[in-house]
Amino acid sequence: MNIIVNGQSLSVQPNTALSTVIDTLNLKNQRFAVEVNGEIVTRSLHNQYVMQENDKVEIVVAVGGG
Amino acid sequence: MNTDEFKIAGKTYQSRLLVGTGKYRDFQETQQAIEESGAEIITVAIRRTNIGQNPNESNLLDFISPTKYTLLPNTAGCYNAEDAIRTLRLARELLDGHNLVKLEVLGDSKTLFPNMPETLLAAKTLVKDGFDVMVYCSDDPIQARQLEDIGCVAVMPLASLIGSGMGILNPWNLSIIIDQLQVPVIVDAGVGTASDAAIAMELGCAGVLMNTAIAQAKNPVLMASAMKKAIQAGREAYLAGRMPKKTYQAEPSSPTTGLISS
Repeated sequence: MNIIVNGQSLSVQPNTALSTVIDTLNLKNQRFAVEVNGEIVTRSLHNQYVMQENDKVEIVVAVGGG
Repeated sequence: MNTDEFKIAGKTYQSRLLVGTGKYRDFQETQQAIEESGAEIITVAIRRTNIGQNPNESNLLDFISPTKYTLLPNTAGCYNAEDAIRTLRLARELLDGHNLVKLEVLGDSKTLFPNMPETLLAAKTLVKDGFDVMVYCSDDPIQARQLEDIGCVAVMPLASLIGSGMGILNPWNLSIIIDQLQVPVIVDAGVGTASDAAIAMELGCAGVLMNTAIAQAKNPVLMASAMKKAIQAGREAYLAGRMPKKTYQAEPSSPTTGLISS
């Protein structure tokens, strides 16, 4: 099935946890925050959230800005 | 003992200079300039991470540690209240519940002037949601007062357009805002060089937030040092109280008596 991560389509197996998606993205040791369909999913719940078809995931980090 | 306290949302800071992390050549330069500036409150933006496109890309927070500095996530690039609120909720999650934020809701991509109705709307929701909101705003004293009434912890009018380096264009409006508000008034945007920062502080601003003036100087680290001194000098001049201006009458500094005669 398909999900959208930061605007890009990504194919994942059914019953994939959000944490599994995150693990494939090279975010180890980084601070990041995750939103699914406009709602924050807190860090402690990443392994409990099961991806649904067409879920829109936003993963953000801190970057330079004023 | 330093009795001139600079307090925001209950926390005391030594430096009245707040700096951004954008537009530097690289993270090393960002780190050096910020270190030299002496700033303790550092703004960051919140953006989508690359999802594997640049696996070895370094991370700003490896250079600007959230344990060393008070990070101030901003909502730059947001043009409505909803996007700004979403961005800051993500920032709070990213920074482990950290509540101090910089709200800016823009109204126009050419001037980056704030959209004040959306700013007020977002400020209300964020304050209710437990955020300590420092807010970028126009230099309109009425809007500034409304932001204080909502419960913002600092009101941050522009001195001139973001990134313009045009300096303090309307000191009178800034003075009115400073006079009528109880919360710290911080000039956010427009400072171009050290004298601009000193002027803002002499007017009685509680602090100055800047990014481009340092990052886009030919030597950012040296400009960071200059800004640190300008902020301190301006603050001390404000506290000392300047002499009255005498427009049409000179007054000698040396004695007028005891002159030798021919």
